[in-house]
Amino acid sequence: MSEKIATRVAYGKALAEIGKNENIVVLDADLSGSTKTDSFKKQYPERHFNIGIAEGNMMAVAAGMASCGKTVFASTFAVFAAGRAYDSIRNSIGYPHLNVKIGATHAGITLGEDGASHQMVEDIALMRAIPGMTVISPADAVSTNAMVKLAAEMYGPVYLRLGRLDVPVIYEAGTQFEIGKGNQLKDGKDITIIATGFMVAPALKAAEMLKEDGVSARVIDIHTIKPIDSDIIIKAAKETGAIITCEEHNLFGGLGSAVSEVVVKNHPVPMEMVGIEDTFGESGKPIELVEKYGLTPENIYKKSKALLNRK
Amino acid sequence: MDDRTKLELKKTATKIRMGIITAVSSAGSGHPGGSLSLADILAFLYFREMRIDPKNPKDPDRDRFVLSKGHCTPGLYSTLANRGYFPVEDLTGFRQTSSYLEGHPNMDKVPGVDMSTGSLGQGISAAVGMALAGKTDKKDYRVYAALGDGELEEGQVWEAAMAAAHYKLDNLTAFVDYNGLQIDGKITDVMNPEPIADKFIAFGWNVIEIDAHDFDQIEDAVNKAKETKGKPTMILAHSIKGKGVSYMENQASWHGSAPKKEQTEQALAELKDYLNSL
Repeated sequence: MSEKIATRVAYGKALAEIGKNENIVVLDADLSGSTKTDSFKKQYPERHFNIGIAEGNMMAVAAGMASCGKTVFASTFAVFAAGRAYDSIRNSIGYPHLNVKIGATHAGITLGEDGASHQMVEDIALMRAIPGMTVISPADAVSTNAMVKLAAEMYGPVYLRLGRLDVPVIYEAGTQFEIGKGNQLKDGKDITIIATGFMVAPALKAAEMLKEDGVSARVIDIHTIKPIDSDIIIKAAKETGAIITCEEHNLFGGLGSAVSEVVVKNHPVPMEMVGIEDTFGESGKPIELVEKYGLTPENIYKKSKALLNRK
Repeated sequence: MDDRTKLELKKTATKIRMGIITAVSSAGSGHPGGSLSLADILAFLYFREMRIDPKNPKDPDRDRFVLSKGHCTPGLYSTLANRGYFPVEDLTGFRQTSSYLEGHPNMDKVPGVDMSTGSLGQGISAAVGMALAGKTDKKDYRVYAALGDGELEEGQVWEAAMAAAHYKLDNLTAFVDYNGLQIDGKITDVMNPEPIADKFIAFGWNVIEIDAHDFDQIEDAVNKAKETKGKPTMILAHSIKGKGVSYMENQASWHGSAPKKEQTEQALAELKDYLNSL
């Protein structure tokens, strides 16, 4: 886990790789340098459209292009995609189930210095509530690359949640992924740590810390929050008897909620959740914010220990 | 336009209006006023102008129409039914659970609907996307859209207008159903969008003003739009809200309410008399 690459960078690179498919078009809203769709633009300028600072318009333009058979990737910051353009996504993309992939970068508080106005911590909740929307939150560059390609191959709307910050590469190049199937990164029998996106790397570290205490922690990467992999969650509930979820998102409506829905319906076990505790973020260095808001291996470790006492 | 064609279009538009009244009356709700004001434009587009085939509604090379003022579904559905996309009798199921005729246009359920709309301002964006896709794919289909004049209060309309001009979408022709009324009253009282023509000109569009109920003018404007290169065309179609039903004409109160039984009978009788007089 020494190499660090932001998932938005992996996204831009993957787009450029799949760009040889002439059916793919990319839209951006004046952020192509930040969302990294500029790497697609360099190679395929005739299929990259800057829609300007008009995110609601961009999403409905994307819908119109998709209705004509194009596979459309529409990119902006998560706060302007899931937030500002929510109604266009809901009514023009989600409702008619059109083939638009929303590349939403700069999600969560690790956006850093721009502060709370730009730190999207509600997008998983918003997007997962739209019927038929696939919601993907990859942990690293390797899984992002795979997910972009899988999203392009499947028909239907996809929300790709991507980050600004450089994050550790967790997966080996060439690892196979499947949309809707979680990945067990580490086996364990006492507790399961289920994480998504940025929080997968801290989850792995927390498992190491627990190991030193003699606790065997399973770690699962839920890269697809919708449709969620019920099987891997139920199996974890049955075999480990306790689940802690970790996400860079408000605890209302995100991964913790999605996992709970599966657990309570199928095999209730004690659960704990690490995430943003129903508050907006603030300006600061990403690493400082991560500490302040408890998105750390230490916090996962601490809450896991408390959870084990409830088994 | 020759007299025979014009007569046929007048008859068709009247049948479309009868379907509007039937649909809205059967549902007990819906939007007759803006559907009636748009009926002549819909008749011209679907029966005279657009390259479409009701037997092949998803033909990738077809012309497209987006009802950006999505609440005027009765107008669109009645037009599609009369054009042969589905049985006219089905209009009686409008807005009911037993029917596929969803309250606002639904492209998955209703044959001939090119885009699901309903949230104002989004349809014109989608039409821009269709036109952009046509340019990208080097296809020669044309894209039509209809907006309400009240809809122009939505900021997204102007985002779409900017994009259409920026990308020189001369394959896009839009109409404003310019009846001057929205649900709460006169557009100039609720939130004045004037000067509409000047705004679209300033946004880089070719603008043509016509009488929305004059088929010669509709045809002329559509042809001029096709001849215009390098910019999209906005046809400001001055219309009468509720056109064709005496008690609905120019009444904002008929924007979004359905006629009762006696009112329905009167409306259908008026339209039938007009049809017979043609």
